[in-house]
Amino acid sequence: MSILNIDNVSKSFDGFRAINDLNLAIAKGELRAIIGPNGAGKTTMMDLITGKIRPDQGTLFFDTTHDLTRLDEAGTARLGIGRKFQKPTVIESLTVGENIDLALAGPRGVWSALRGPDRATASRERARLLDLVRLADPGRLAGELSHGQKQWLEIAMLLAQEPRLLLVDEPAAGMTDAETMRTADLLRDLAGEHSIVVVEHDMDFVRALNCRVTVLHQGHVLAEGPLDHVSANPEVIDVYLGR
Amino acid sequence: MRQINRNMAVFLSGLFVLTVAIPLMQGQVLPDYAVQLVGKYLCYALLAVSLDLVWGYAGILSLGHAAFFTLGAYVMGMHLMREIGARGVYANPELPDFMVFLNWDSLPWFWGASDSFAVTLLLVVAVPGALAFIFGWFAFRARVNGVYLSIITQAMTYALMLAFFRNEMGFGGNNGLTDFKDLLGIPLSSPGMRLGLFIASALALAAGLLIARAITQSHLGRVLVGVRDAESRTRFLGYRVEEYKLFVWTVSAMMAGVAGALYVPQVGIVNPGEFAPANSIEIVIWVALGGRGTLVGAALGAMVVALTKTLLTGWLPDAWLYALGALFILVTLYLPRGIVGALEGLKPARKPQEVAA
Ligand SMILES: Nc1ncnc2c1ncn2[C@@H]1O[C@H](COP(=O)(O)OP(=O)(O)OP(=O)(O)O)[C@@H](O)[C@H]1O
Ligand SMILES: [Mg+2]
Repeated sequence: MSILNIDNVSKSFDGFRAINDLNLAIAKGELRAIIGPNGAGKTTMMDLITGKIRPDQGTLFFDTTHDLTRLDEAGTARLGIGRKFQKPTVIESLTVGENIDLALAGPRGVWSALRGPDRATASRERARLLDLVRLADPGRLAGELSHGQKQWLEIAMLLAQEPRLLLVDEPAAGMTDAETMRTADLLRDLAGEHSIVVVEHDMDFVRALNCRVTVLHQGHVLAEGPLDHVSANPEVIDVYLGR
Repeated sequence: MRQINRNMAVFLSGLFVLTVAIPLMQGQVLPDYAVQLVGKYLCYALLAVSLDLVWGYAGILSLGHAAFFTLGAYVMGMHLMREIGARGVYANPELPDFMVFLNWDSLPWFWGASDSFAVTLLLVVAVPGALAFIFGWFAFRARVNGVYLSIITQAMTYALMLAFFRNEMGFGGNNGLTDFKDLLGIPLSSPGMRLGLFIASALALAAGLLIARAITQSHLGRVLVGVRDAESRTRFLGYRVEEYKLFVWTVSAMMAGVAGALYVPQVGIVNPGEFAPANSIEIVIWVALGGRGTLVGAALGAMVVALTKTLLTGWLPDAWLYALGALFILVTLYLPRGIVGALEGLKPARKPQEVAA
């Protein structure tokens, strides 16, 4: 059973085909890496999945029944699609703890927000997540964190949402080698329970994920399979790995 | 956050002292008109708080907030017109003078309920609230943001000004509504009424501050900061940003309407000039001066500017606008976080809440 089905999707910007007849299926619990040169359409694909933009053609379904082209960002998030941006975005003038609180799964309406989440559950979850991503001080302003720490905070926020599908765009950017490996471990741990799509350029990281890899090029799937298999593909070497 | 609580406690205590002191001094050290003047400042302060709620906490820079204030003022003004009754120049028991002058033979439908004080109180919040809701519903859903949103808020108040200038609108044209006599049967010029209006303004300001604080300190307030600082991130967390903006925008407009309604009986007139774009820009200056995103600072900024204005228009009537401009430039350059920010800067607490406009 797939959690995500992308079929024959195309999307142009001012006549430029950023996504060109894209087909992709992610199984429940699968961890999938997406690689490809700059401008291949990786981020645009995530924009399509999350309802930020609409495809010109084709269909996107979540859990086979939910038509993602009819939903906005909040709608897809509520369905259970969590997204980490390429450029880390946390809410800088709130504290680390407050950022997590905002992300915690729960009702998202205005009236329930006036009341706020249940305090006891919230603080337990907050402590668990901060421990997981090794951020010690929940009272610290998010704006004061280093680039790498912001990445971690954003990952913690992603998990706080308890999403069924995680879209993770270049999580390792700005991280040390050790942190990169820890991220890979974390994602591998999360797979199974969650379905995960990771975009990354760092090949050591992709190797550490030890999962199926999809190579995107000019908005189209160029190759798919285990990393060793796709990296032996002459076309892939030509457009991406060889450079 | 604790900072906000402390500032709020200090400000509310000061307001309380003022509210107790002024009645004691009224008619002795303090002339009657001064009571009215301070009452007017308090209305400005409430208006400033309403703007700070949307600008400081949700990043919505409204350049049209005077529209909500003025609508509240007109609603109250209509009631005051009806209270004049047959004491007008034309002694028409039913119609306000300007309608007699225009040869109208009956009240337009929208004046129908204006004789009821209770309905007036309701409409004081409902009319600005409804306009804000409709405006916001379209603007926020269309994801109009930043400068574009500011411009359309300005266009909104400008359009209202033009409309209200027209006699056919039924709001007294360019003369507006004036010559009020009394409220609830008590003459507006009586010391008791002046004091009552002053106290009502102080209570409204206190309530406005507490409501704004409750909103901004709640979980909803955090969502709003998220909207302000990282709108897209907040959307991807599952929050429907437009609903949150609409909520706070509508609450803010209602608050501004209350300020306008309390203002009118104290100044004795409302005319379409109140809708002028410059008025809305002045509110922004108050908030920036006092400290955006501090609530108390907004109230303080409004009162400081209003007081300076009163003093300066006495001494240098022509120079007032230049003084305001210079003040604004100086504050932007040297006190980027306003008066309250500068006071807090003496002991650095949390990092400044940097925000893109
Ligand atoms: N909203 C947009 N308007 C116009 N062009 C866009 C838009 N979004 C993406 N593009 C274009 O689509 C192409 C694909 O961009 P995308 O960001 O998806 O690439 P990517 O694979 O994520 O690259 P990178 O590895 O650099 O992040 C690029 O040429 C980009 O300029
Ligand atoms: Mg990208």
